[in-house]
Amino acid sequence: MKLLTFKGGVHPPEKKFTEHEKIQKAPLPEKVVVLMAQHAGAPAKVVVEVGQQVKTGQVIGEPQGPISAYVHSPVTGTVTSVAKVNSAVHGMAVEAVTIQRTGEDEWDLLPKLDWTNASKEELIEQVKRAGVVGLGGAMFPTHVKLNPPKPVDTLIINGAECEPYLTIDHRVMLEMDEELLEGIEITKKILGVKEVYIGIEYNKKDAIEYLQKKWNGKVKVAALKTKYPQGAEKQLIKAITGREVPSGGLPADVGVVVQNVSTMVAIKQAVVDGKPLVERGMTLTGEGVNKKGNWWIRIGTPISWIIENLGSGFTEGYSELKVLMGGPMMGIPVPNLDTPLLKGNNGITVIPEQKRESTNCIRCSYCVFACPMNLQPYLLDLLARKKKYDEAAAIGLLDCIECGSCSYICPANVDHVKSIKLAKKVYRTLRGGKK
Amino acid sequence: MKNVKLLTSPAPHVRTQDSTRKVMIDVIIALVPAVIAGTFFFGLYALLLSIIGMVSAELVELFIMRVLRKDKSFLPNGSAAVTGLLLALNLSVATPWWVLIIGVVFAIAIVKHAFGGLGQNIFNPALAARVFLLVSFPTAMTTWYRPIASFTGWYTDAQTTATPLAILKLQGFSKVMADTNYLDLAFGNIGGCIGETSAVLLFIGFLYLVFRKRVKIVIPVTYIGTVLLIASIFYAVNPERFGSPLFHMLAGGLMLGALFMATDMVTSPMTIKGQFIFGLGCGIVTMLIRYFGGYPEGVSLSILLMNSLVPIIDRHTQPRIFGRRKG
Repeated sequence: MKLLTFKGGVHPPEKKFTEHEKIQKAPLPEKVVVLMAQHAGAPAKVVVEVGQQVKTGQVIGEPQGPISAYVHSPVTGTVTSVAKVNSAVHGMAVEAVTIQRTGEDEWDLLPKLDWTNASKEELIEQVKRAGVVGLGGAMFPTHVKLNPPKPVDTLIINGAECEPYLTIDHRVMLEMDEELLEGIEITKKILGVKEVYIGIEYNKKDAIEYLQKKWNGKVKVAALKTKYPQGAEKQLIKAITGREVPSGGLPADVGVVVQNVSTMVAIKQAVVDGKPLVERGMTLTGEGVNKKGNWWIRIGTPISWIIENLGSGFTEGYSELKVLMGGPMMGIPVPNLDTPLLKGNNGITVIPEQKRESTNCIRCSYCVFACPMNLQPYLLDLLARKKKYDEAAAIGLLDCIECGSCSYICPANVDHVKSIKLAKKVYRTLRGGKK
Repeated sequence: MKNVKLLTSPAPHVRTQDSTRKVMIDVIIALVPAVIAGTFFFGLYALLLSIIGMVSAELVELFIMRVLRKDKSFLPNGSAAVTGLLLALNLSVATPWWVLIIGVVFAIAIVKHAFGGLGQNIFNPALAARVFLLVSFPTAMTTWYRPIASFTGWYTDAQTTATPLAILKLQGFSKVMADTNYLDLAFGNIGGCIGETSAVLLFIGFLYLVFRKRVKIVIPVTYIGTVLLIASIFYAVNPERFGSPLFHMLAGGLMLGALFMATDMVTSPMTIKGQFIFGLGCGIVTMLIRYFGGYPEGVSLSILLMNSLVPIIDRHTQPRIFGRRKG
């Protein structure tokens, strides 16, 4: 099998502990905390009040502005609070609705749609009504992505799942392949594309073979080299189509739209079943939890509940742990366990800290060869520390995709990506939106 | 649920198990065959100098870090030992041990730490110290012994000789080849620095570095390739005066320089293109000095010269950023 790939990248230990664990339905939590910023763009506006009864799937937040999304109640219950909560992901306080569950689900569904007869506009509106956002982690509103600014000819489904530990996309491909395929067909119709690929890393060989056989060429299965960050949008497009998304550009600039595997399932459920996005699959994993597995779970479930009820608590013997939203390469450590699950949360990884000695940069050039964007991480780090932001921008500061390959590979343990991320923020602020 | 402290350091949360220390240990391991060859051909004093070089370099660095820089947390990472070992391997076995130590102090204190310490130095410390000693102690630094080929020998009763490159310069190529053959050149049965004589054993150590991905491989390939190319051209013109390409590859410090000194991570370029230019420059300058310079050997000076150009090379060899057009 010819494995497609891109230039650069790293290969951290895969540690896919849960790759053979079937997706289980998690019990309903007693309480959910639903952030109004479940998506890229402006946070949604709260449309419920404290004390109000809500049904599962009922709208509790409405989009504000062109890039925003609907938010729905993940359970049936009573709104107990509408207040700002600190969000580790956003790095600030965001509006959140807390709902105390009062019983089993009473669904408030959208009208179902026969997608074979529905128009493109109707389908996009349905996806928007269902609050679907990119479930790979970026949480970009899907209805916006389904209406690209330029004509596209290729749809790529991202099943690479290159982050170590995480396995939910792998399981979705094996267990929910029919819903996945229907979601892909709907998306294909909306975008009007001819070519559809699904990109899967070779460490999920069973999924590659299964989908090849099961789908019988309806979607081209692209086997990818197991390498991080194989699932990064630009790298995935390059590996599969050979096209290079221009600097500062979008996949649509090269005629491509990329969608995550789980997003396809959400689109199918939104259109065919009329189900708003109130639950998703995610992996609970890492050396720090007793029970690891793949779960189908409601958005807004507090992480403490997940670790206690699904993971049977933290593993004995650790006094310090990192609880990550996402995988170990790009995951965000949460400072407290009240943090609720977001739509883009494909996993909770609980791992001990790896303590390493650090030295000065020894110019080994490992970071230069690891950078999938062909940047010079050591130099960006140096310029960032010297606060030479304009110089850094000239050599590609804003092209950094923050994958962390440079920090991963560095024998001197330099935190390149940390200083690059900070420099990007400072540079953008200083420039104040001026080109 | 049991309480644990939640840590929130930045991503990525997994890191390679690699470290600067492991890099340095690999370089030392790769030099072991050269030390063995040096000891075999020049006796136990060669081994002693290698050890003195490493130990004194680590002690000097420890002193600078702990006392002068007040870094109580500093743990030696082996980078100084590499410098000390390389310096020792770049000396004649006729060098008194205290001259080596002066060189080590110069390498670590001036060439390395005056520029900011690990990773900040512009010049390869071992090479800069070698040139410093060459100027300060010209006699000790240019007295060469004929190999005695015995592990137990001491050096003092050995017979002095000239290096093959010196013989070429003064007496011509046929004179060199009358005294020696390619096999001796390849295995190190010739006069020269402790570590430079055995091309074969240096290459074996180098293969280990390649296997461990510790070496900027483009540099030695272009460096040696350039030397071979230039030597071939000149050999075609006048074999007697310029010597054969194979001779130039095996004689003198080319192998030690190209495989272990020019490839020094700190003082060489970061990109493939930059490394190509660097190797090319080293090759050209080496041959210019060998053919037309005042010294028979040009490896040290060529690498130091190219070291000084690395910032400029790095600036002008930025790779094309993904998604951008060249320019």
